[in-house]
Parts: sequence; C-alpha cells; structure tokens
Amino acid sequence: MSPRRTPSGGRVNRLRTIRFTFDGTAYTGHQGDTLASALLANGVSLFGRSFKYHRPRGVLTSGVDEPNALVTVLRGEVREPNIPATMVEIHDGLTAVSQNRFPSLAYDVSAVNQLGGKFISAGFYYKTFMGPVIGPLKGTRFWMLCEKIIRRAAGLGRAGHAPDPSRYERMNAFCDVLVVGSGPAGLAAAHEAAQSGAQVILAELDPCFGGSANWSGETIDGEPAATWASDVVGELKTHDNVRLLKRTTVWGYYDGNTLAAVERVSDHKDTPAKGAPRHRHWTIRARKVVLATGAFERPLVFPGNDRPGVMMASAAMRYANQYGVLPGEKIAVLANNDSAYRAMAALAKAGARIIAIADLRQDVSAACRKLANDAGAELLTGHAVISTEGGKKLSGVKLAPFSATSGVSTGNARDIGADCLIVSGGWSPTIHLASQAGARPVWSDDLQAFLPPETGKGWIGAGAFNGNFSTAEAISEGFAAGRNAAGQPALETTALPDIEPAPLDPNPAPVFEIKAKGKAFVDFQHDVTADDVRLAHLEGFVSVEHLKRYTTLGMATDQGKGSNVPGLAIMAEALGKPIPEVGTTRFRPPYAPVSVGALAAERFGDLKPERLTPMHDWHLENGATMYSAGLWFRPMIYGGPGETIEQAYVREAQATRETAGIVDVSTLGKIAVQGPDAAEFLDRVYSNVFSTLPVGKARYGLMLREDGLVFDDGTTWRLGEHDFLMTTTTANAGKVMQHLEYFLDVVWPDLKVHLTSVTDQWAGAAIGGPKAREILASCVTGTKVDNEALPFMGIVHGEISGAPVMICRLSFSGEMAFEVYSGAGHGTHVWEALIEAGRPFDMVSYGLEALGTMRIEKGHVTGAEIDGRTSARDLHLGWMLSKKKPFIGSAMMDREGLSASGRLELVGLISLDNRPLSGGAHIVEEVDAANPHGSLGHITAACFSPALGKYIALALVSGGKARYGKRAHISDPLRNRFGPVEIVSHHFFDPEGKRMHG
Amino acid sequence: MLITCPYCGPRDVSEFAYQGDGNRTRPDPASTDSEAWNAYVYDRLNPAGIHNEIWQHAGGCRVHLAVVRDTLTHEISSVRFAREHGTPTHSRRNHGAKA
Repeated sequence: MSPRRTPSGGRVNRLRTIRFTFDGTAYTGHQGDTLASALLANGVSLFGRSFKYHRPRGVLTSGVDEPNALVTVLRGEVREPNIPATMVEIHDGLTAVSQNRFPSLAYDVSAVNQLGGKFISAGFYYKTFMGPVIGPLKGTRFWMLCEKIIRRAAGLGRAGHAPDPSRYERMNAFCDVLVVGSGPAGLAAAHEAAQSGAQVILAELDPCFGGSANWSGETIDGEPAATWASDVVGELKTHDNVRLLKRTTVWGYYDGNTLAAVERVSDHKDTPAKGAPRHRHWTIRARKVVLATGAFERPLVFPGNDRPGVMMASAAMRYANQYGVLPGEKIAVLANNDSAYRAMAALAKAGARIIAIADLRQDVSAACRKLANDAGAELLTGHAVISTEGGKKLSGVKLAPFSATSGVSTGNARDIGADCLIVSGGWSPTIHLASQAGARPVWSDDLQAFLPPETGKGWIGAGAFNGNFSTAEAISEGFAAGRNAAGQPALETTALPDIEPAPLDPNPAPVFEIKAKGKAFVDFQHDVTADDVRLAHLEGFVSVEHLKRYTTLGMATDQGKGSNVPGLAIMAEALGKPIPEVGTTRFRPPYAPVSVGALAAERFGDLKPERLTPMHDWHLENGATMYSAGLWFRPMIYGGPGETIEQAYVREAQATRETAGIVDVSTLGKIAVQGPDAAEFLDRVYSNVFSTLPVGKARYGLMLREDGLVFDDGTTWRLGEHDFLMTTTTANAGKVMQHLEYFLDVVWPDLKVHLTSVTDQWAGAAIGGPKAREILASCVTGTKVDNEALPFMGIVHGEISGAPVMICRLSFSGEMAFEVYSGAGHGTHVWEALIEAGRPFDMVSYGLEALGTMRIEKGHVTGAEIDGRTSARDLHLGWMLSKKKPFIGSAMMDREGLSASGRLELVGLISLDNRPLSGGAHIVEEVDAANPHGSLGHITAACFSPALGKYIALALVSGGKARYGKRAHISDPLRNRFGPVEIVSHHFFDPEGKRMHG
Repeated sequence: MLITCPYCGPRDVSEFAYQGDGNRTRPDPASTDSEAWNAYVYDRLNPAGIHNEIWQHAGGCRVHLAVVRDTLTHEISSVRFAREHGTPTHSRRNHGAKA
C-alpha cells in the first residue's frame, strides 16, 4: 500500500485544487499542502537519493529539519537546489525535480555505492587519495582524475547558471518584543506583550501561524487548538503595535539583540504580486526577544532507519491532522518515550491500522497502554526494530527483544508487514538562536537533551524551547514571557486554558541507538552512520568539533537538527564518558539556509548607485561606448561606424596630437583644502612642498603612505592664500579624503584646516593638442590665455558662453593642454561651447583608451603602476621627495628593502615582433614556454602608439634603467603570447616636454 | 553592532569605517627611531576582550571616534572624540608574546 489522502480531515482547502509537477509528472494537491504532503497524498514515497550511497530516501519529517526529501525548484531557467519538500508550498505551475540521481530517481546507477560502504566510510578522501611513490601514477594525479568523477556522484542538487531575475529587498525594523515562533507559547507571549502596548513583531517560519496547534489534535477550552490559535491571531491583527510575519525564518542572533530574518514573500505564488520581492530580508533590533522556537523530535539510530516509509512520529501526526494525509496504511511504531502514542492514536483515528508498537522501555504507563489498546495495536515493550525490509519503500520491519541497558537485541526476531514505521527518539529543544546569542546549553538527564540556560541577557524562553512540552505549560510560560519581555510585572495568578487530552510523559529512555547488523544512519543527509562515528573515535578523534569535521556529521544543509544529539551520544559511549562531558557543538548562523539574493538585495541591480558625469548624456548621444570605472561611467571610445576599439583610440589620439582633442575629466577626485594652516597641512601630506606655491598656480604632488610606498598623485591648485583645490585619481578619491580626514582629526587636530569633497560640484574638461590654445582663445572671455597670462601650471578665471570657468594649464596627454573647470550645472553647456569652438580645428572628443594611450607614450603613472608595492624611486619620482621637511611616509621610505637594488622599476617596452602586448604578461630574459620561469617583472599597461607606430607598454622590471636598450621577452603562458621586446625609457614620446611647454 | 556617535546618536556599524588600532602613538614626524616607526606602522594589538579602536562615522558626520569595544561580545563601553582621546599611551607588545 502507499500513502494516501484521507477522505476527510486536515486543514487543507479541499475545494481548491492545485496542479504541479515533480520529475516531469503532473500531480494535484490542495491549497495548504506542502510539496511533501501533496506528493504523499499522491502515493509518492520516494523523494530522492542519498548523498554518498545513493540510497532511496523518502520524507522523514514535516518541517525545516527535513534531511532526506530535498528537491530542486525550477523557475524558468533558474534552479534553486536543496529545498526540503516539507518547506515548499505548492502553487499552480510549481515545477520541482529530485536530486542526485542518474538517469532517474527510480533507477539510479550509482546506487551500487551502497555495496562499497566500508570503502567510502568517514575520512574516505584523506585515506584514499594518496598516490604511489613511484610509477606512472606517481603522486596524486590519478586521484585528481577520480575526484572529479566522485564529486559528481556524491552531492546534493546542482546549482544553475542562469541569472536570477527575482527582486529582493531589505528592511530594518525596531521593536520592544520580538517573538520567534507562533506556536501556543509564542502566540501567548505575543498576546501579552501586545496587550501592554509594546511594539511587537511575531515571526513564524511556516505559512500559517499556530505551530503545533495546527496539528496537535488537542482542544483548548473546548475548541480545537487551531481555532484557539486563529482567534489569538485575529485579535493580534487588531493591534496597531503588532507586526505579524509569516513564512519568516529568524536565522541569526547577533550582538546588541540584532536578529536577522528572511521572509519568503512570493515563493508560494506562481508570479509575485506587483512590486513584491521574492524574499525580504529583515534586520530586527529588539529590546527583548521571546524564543518560542519549539523542539525537534529526534530519530533513532537502527539498521535501515533511512528507508522510505520510516517517518518521525510527530511528522506522521502532522500529515494526518494538518494535511489529511496518511503516510501508510499498516503502521508500526518504534519509540523510547510516550509522545509516539499520541501520534499513533491520531493515525488510527484517521483510518490507518496500527500493527505493532515496539517500545524500547520495559515498562510503559497505563495511559500509553490504553492508547495502544484503543488503537488495537500489539504493544511489545522491551522490543526494538533491528532492520527494515523493502526496496524503494518499506514493506516490513524486523522486531526483536531489546535491552535498553546493553543497547543490543537479545532474543528471536519477528517479521512484521508494515508500509510505514513511525519513530520517536525523544525531543531536542530548538536552542539554536540562544546558542548563537552565546548561551551554553545545559544537559538534562530527564529529557536526554540539551536545554537552554534559564534566560539570556536579551531573551526569554517559553514552552518546548525550555523543555516543557505540554501545551498548558507552553501557554502559561508564553504569557509570563510576554509580560516579562514587555516590562510588565508578573501576575500572581493567571487563568490558564483547559487543554484536552491530558499530556503524556515526554521523558525518554536514554537509548539513541539499536546496535544490529546493517547501515544505521545518524546524519541522513550526509550519509554518516553510527559506525562512521565509532571509526572516527578509533582513529583518535576525541573533540566533538573534530568529530563533526572528520565525519561531516551535522554539516549538511540541515545543520544536524536531528543528528546532533544521537551523534554525540554514540561518541560519548565510545569514549566511555557521559554526554555532557563530551559537550555539544555551538550552533552558528544561519539557522536555516538563506538566499544570497536576500542578503545582497538592493546592493545589486536597479538600486545599485551609479555615478554619472554632467556630460554623460552628451557622450551617449555622440556615440561613446561607456566603461564602468568603480561606480563611475566614462567614455571608452567614440567609435565610428565599423571601427574597432583599436582603430577608434588610435584615430582619437592621433587627431589630438595633430590638432586637438577634448576629454571629460569630471571623475577626478576634488577636495577643497581650506584654512590658515592649509599650506602647512599639504606640506605634511605631500612628499613635495606646497607652501611655496604662489596663488594662481598649480603643482603636481605625490602622496606616500605611512610605510613609505606611493599612495596617490595629482595636481593641487592654489586658488587663494588659504584656499587650495586638490585633485586625486578617480579610483582613490574616497581613500585620499579618508586619509586626509584621519590625519587632520586624529593626528594633527591643532591644524586649522577644513576639507570638503567637491568632486561632484565641478565638471572638468581637458582640452589638449597644438590647436588647443587657439580653440580656447576663441571661446573664453574675461581673461587671456596666452603664454604670459596662462603659463604652464598657471590658473586663470574667465567665462565660456556666459558660464564662469577656471582654467589650469596642465597636461596629462603631453600636449599643450588645459583643464577647464565649471560648476557641474554648467558642465554640458561649457563642454558644448568648447566642442563648437573646436569644430573649425577638427577637434575630436576622446575616451579613456586614447587618454591611456597618450599617457603611456608620455610614461605617466596611474593606479596600474601605483599598485601599493612601488616606491617613488621605483617610478622615477625620487625628485619629488623633499629633503627639507618631514612628510607622511618620509620616515619609512628609506628603509633597506625600499632602496635595495633589483627592485622593480618603471620602464618602457617596445614590441619587436609588431604584435600587441598585454597587461599582466611577464618579462623574461629567455623564453621557455614549456616551463615558464625567471620573471623579471610584468607589464602594467599596453597600447598601440600612433606616435611611434609601434606596440608599446609600460612595465615594472627588475633593474629597470640598467636594462635600457636591451632585449628581453614577453612570457604570457595563459594567453600563449611569447615574443621579443626592447626595454627603453618610459618617456617614449617627447621626453623634453617641448610640446606641452609650447 | 551600534556605535553611539556623540554628534549623531546610536547608528548601525555599517555607517562606520574601522580606522585601526587606537593603541598607537605616531612618533615625532622628524624622529628617525626606526623601531618606533616600525611599531607604529606595523604592530597591532589583537586582544580577545577590551580593545581601543578608532572608527570614523564615514556614512555620517565623518568624525573620528575613540571606541572601547569588547572584541568577544561587541559591547562598547566608551565612545569619545578621537581628536581628544584617540592616542592613549602606546602599549607595545613584546615580540613573541601572545596578546
């Protein structure tokens, strides 16, 4: 027989049918179903294949702790792997597929791995992947090949390659009380906190509030528990001070009572509502947190405990009571505590036959005996399941007398036919968030579980989280916790609801494992068996943290929610120590997997900031291809029809050197340095002197870091006695600002200087070339621009087309050149006026490629050469290091290592084979393509130089200057580019600077 | 983590930029004591516990703050202006000693 939907019962909406597919087969379910419950309702029992052994696996639980039934959900081309089927809400059009099987789930070729169990045990990689010492398979080569195949066979779902089109968003929230979990305890807490007027957030990971009230089958004050829960939720909705978050997993608990949560806003819909994100990430700062996170039922470890049809007792009850699904017709029970009896009774009531109950305890309570009797089940105390039968689904179990003290079965075994075995091995409170908050778990001998300490600094626990499993205790603790968290005094007496039926005893017998022949799984998802744990012990692993990493126990996507305690118990037994002495691993965030999209949210996509220069639109309208440079967008080339990038930049650079060219330099960092001590401040931060700079002049400056290496360069203009305008490289604008602010605020607070970032306030256009001055003269009013009025590095103020401008004669291109600055609002206006003025002279607009080409020809350095490893002398800028004053970096720049011979120095390279050079290629004396070695340095920037008619490059080469005129070779094995070059000075073009001085 | 900026009030750590160990004093600019410079540039305390740090309210008023923070709990016991309190007596670690 198979699992099936019961004719009535459950809380799914049977009037609403939903169509979905699993592994290509179409199924139907009802509103309120999870993928797990809907597939069970359709008789599906096989959900996936296991990680290592490819064993058939079904569904073990009904919630976030599911280790077996992992699926991949497909949304168009986007794959989301490793989602527990128990956490997927079905919706029309849902497409899910199983994982880790080939060619199909039912016929999987790798299932043969099961036979090699001894071989693929714990530590398999470390032991096996050691190669022979000699011979053709020497070393690990052979195993590297095998590893690829094994990695393919072992594993979980496959990630996709398609970009995720979904939108994600982030929210910040503040509250007095955050209640995590909306079972009876959480609802009671939220209710009390809300009554007091506190700002309350209630987070529930499931699609509906109520937790166990939805499936316990209990009555509260004579009403079904689920009705009680929806009444409380209905009342909470009327409070303005309450925010209810369903489908929201609180996954991290950080310092300062900051909690992280992810809300699955649209996963349960075919298409998200208008404007709705797929996931919403919440950062919640709560004054107090009520942890009402419940508990997980633990599996027992016995041979064949992973066969489809074996299910946690509480999960079976939930499928019957909440989803109206019977996981089987003929049910066997294995338990070490009373809670399974309540589940059994629920299944019997829903129409299943209970064949037999194997209870590991010798004695059971009268209440349990009565439940067994009422269900017509055979009760076998002091018995265990020692194996399970069946292939891809359970057909029967083998029962045998069992001694709880020795942990082994003793007498004759008996076969019993069953299509479902429900198991309860006790309960572990869900203490993950408390553990993240720093709480040390306390072992309870009664409950055989780790409990949280009484309360934490920022949180209060309630209900099953505290190890108090009855609904009455949950509600009473919830009330108290809610009042306490809201800062209300405790009530002397509270009228508590009346709950039926009376609770059973949750304390289990201290049995975690039934030792018998066959693979008994501790961690289902990572295929870790009890024998693997013992093997780790035999091999000397003592620490529980080492055990975890060696066996990978608890390291799968479920993070050991069910396997943690059984694994520890087996290790403790092997060590001959009690469990609390072995200790437990510390839980770390995330509690459950979190989508990377939700964490990234607006940092990616539409809302990512972009910086555009004032002339951006002009560039686009005039055919520019744009580069992104950090957050900035800058023209790369203004390509003509059919032009390649190289043709375009060569044309632009050539035209600039022949007549004139104009480039947008608005992205340069600009900092206003103002105040009576501004000159003194600049003397301290630049390696050269600025206090001697006259008003109306600019100077090229070099900054070092404290360690003596070069930090940044740029020109600084003296606009007034106490008023300087500093420019920085585009990339370092923010860093330089921060560097200056640090020294001014922390190191020299006595200096009277004020810094203002004015990068965005100024638009800049650099116009250069033999005709540049004529062009300027034709459009600038209010000032002359001849050599007398505007000498090299001089600054004048005037107007262009009615807009005020500031012009500085300085050159990056090596031509006679001027930087024209205007207010950002006038940027395009001034730019267009300059373009218009340049038209009679055939002036071109040029992009970053031509800019780079001309600077390489001139040997000017940029961030490619100022790479954080080069000194001023390495870049032939030693002349800029003042000997007259200390400055940042002066104390460290002469250290031995920074003046050693053989350092990489800036040189020029000319390609001798007339082929392009590229950045990153190494320089060697002799080419050895088969065994590249002997690097002398590397290329930092390369281009075709129209001025020289050759492919050239700048490079950092050991010994630099001494190699001028010598031949060397490019060695670039990645791009398979080898060839001869000549090492020359980095001043390729016009070394005397005649052109720019005019 | 929240840092209470004396100007702006309690703000999320994402608004701040860490600017390094606060237990450093810059040698006199003209000093040629290479040991002292080396210690200032390269030695960093890395205590498990109370630490003096410099933070800049980069996403706010840009002021530098001398923050005393417990590196184990992120608890902040003091936030003051670095310009007044940023360079406490330099406590250099002995070579080879564990923090």
